[in-house]
Amino acid sequence: MDAVTTLTIFVLAVFIGFEVVSKVSSTLHTPLMSGANAIHGIILVGAIIVAGQAESIGVLVVALIATLLATINLVGGFVVTDRMLDMFSGRASGRKAPEKKGEQL
Amino acid sequence: MNVLAPEWAAALYLVAASCFILALRGLSSPKSARRGNLIGATGAVIAVITVFLSMKIDNLPWILGTIAVGSLIAAPVSRKVKMTQMPQLVALFNGVGGGAAALVALLEVPHNTTVWSGIATAFTILVGSVSFSGSCITFAKLQELIPTRPLTFRGQPVVMALVLAGALASAVVVVMSGSLLAVLALLGLGLAAGVLLVLPVGGADVPIVISLLNAFTGLTVAASGVVLGNVLLLVAGTLVGASGTILTRAMASAMGRSVAGIIFGAFKGGSTAGSATVSDRPVRSSSAEDVAILLGYAQKVIVVPGYGLAVAQAQHVMAELAQALKDRDIEVVYGIHSVAGRMPGHMNVLMAEANVPYEDLLEMDEVNPQFKTADVALVVGANDVVNPAAKTSVGSPIYGMPILDAAAARQVVFLKRSMRPGFAGIENELLFEPQTTVLFGDAKESLSKVLSSVRAL
Repeated sequence: MDAVTTLTIFVLAVFIGFEVVSKVSSTLHTPLMSGANAIHGIILVGAIIVAGQAESIGVLVVALIATLLATINLVGGFVVTDRMLDMFSGRASGRKAPEKKGEQL
Repeated sequence: MNVLAPEWAAALYLVAASCFILALRGLSSPKSARRGNLIGATGAVIAVITVFLSMKIDNLPWILGTIAVGSLIAAPVSRKVKMTQMPQLVALFNGVGGGAAALVALLEVPHNTTVWSGIATAFTILVGSVSFSGSCITFAKLQELIPTRPLTFRGQPVVMALVLAGALASAVVVVMSGSLLAVLALLGLGLAAGVLLVLPVGGADVPIVISLLNAFTGLTVAASGVVLGNVLLLVAGTLVGASGTILTRAMASAMGRSVAGIIFGAFKGGSTAGSATVSDRPVRSSSAEDVAILLGYAQKVIVVPGYGLAVAQAQHVMAELAQALKDRDIEVVYGIHSVAGRMPGHMNVLMAEANVPYEDLLEMDEVNPQFKTADVALVVGANDVVNPAAKTSVGSPIYGMPILDAAAARQVVFLKRSMRPGFAGIENELLFEPQTTVLFGDAKESLSKVLSSVRAL
């Protein structure tokens, strides 16, 4: 990828990222954070590429550690988000999502 | 295996990236949230299958085995984790993601050919390790392995500045020479910077910091996409980085805080958990026995739970106390504020965990008229949600926020750890009213003492 293409993709993705979550209700802050957290677990793809091209045992070990960590991020992230949303469903349905400001200690 | 031509692989990555965009959009609305999460997971599966089919991947048994082990660790933990521990689990997942990105970039250092990818590599290693160690500290704070209050030491800003300068210097060396020593220095300094960044943050603000570190990890994944020349990583990482930034700001403003204030507040000497000046006006503090007498001879008690109850893990003791009062024919209900706690809906789930009957949990509109007839409003670890300033003082950060009308009760009892103001960082006038008494201490300890005193009445 040349620099300009990379920059183009980057800038467009930034705008999409801003746009898709711009109207999130405060009820969903935590699950949305958790879901986004799961998505960056896709670094697993990078870890697989590096592990798949490893030629020495040292590189392979480090790459496999990366693979392990990335898998935990990816799988755990989606599962825990699903559980979170499961807890909110039932209670959240039928009631208007609160959009009040302020939390307290 | 190279069964997929590069064009097909690129097309499938595009499908996966679209899934991620739809996932984020779905997660932004209650109706589609669960479906959104599933779409995201589908995208991830498509992407992982694509990488196996489109590239020459050696060491296949090792890789597949590692993925299996990782899934077997992560899935059961995520299924079994208690609701109150979910925020720290998310922090941990975020940290390992950042760590994985840093390791991937580290291994790519020898393959860097251009300055451009060198910069991306150094960025990934640095920010990935910041995210990793920072998330570990947030995990430790939320799990209460270390104190949740802001931890600062003299000269912290200087140390932080030195660490960042050192990291920047190492990054330059990494880009110029790719020396292994500089790479390791960058990794170590990044880890140190993550610790220094999060230690001064007060426990109450940690969720916002998790969100911020989440955005950081997103950006590292995007940078690792540049390093590896993988468009999907670039797009997915950028999406998370951008949406995470918006989300961090939204969370901070929903709590009446600014992101910069949280990160830098502690460096300036003020506690980020409430930086307003604490006045020295007297409050009426009392003993557990006195509170027990107030409660034990009341006819109606309304409990207002807040974050303090959740951090102290006091929901079971609270439920026991309520039961003990009910056994004395006292009417006990809970007034639930919709933004009490750290997760939306936090208090409902928390009290449900302690098997509090659902009909005892009253929403704000339902419970507010009842405070007038209540003998005692028992405010456990809540503050801003009962602060009359929201109604009376124009210009207050919480002005206009609907509050629970605890001030209308004949007696108000606060269980508080200290006089520290709530999230909004403003004093609660209610604390100084003549009908108010305060019992200082950890919510769980205080409630246990009150409970045994009530039983002894």
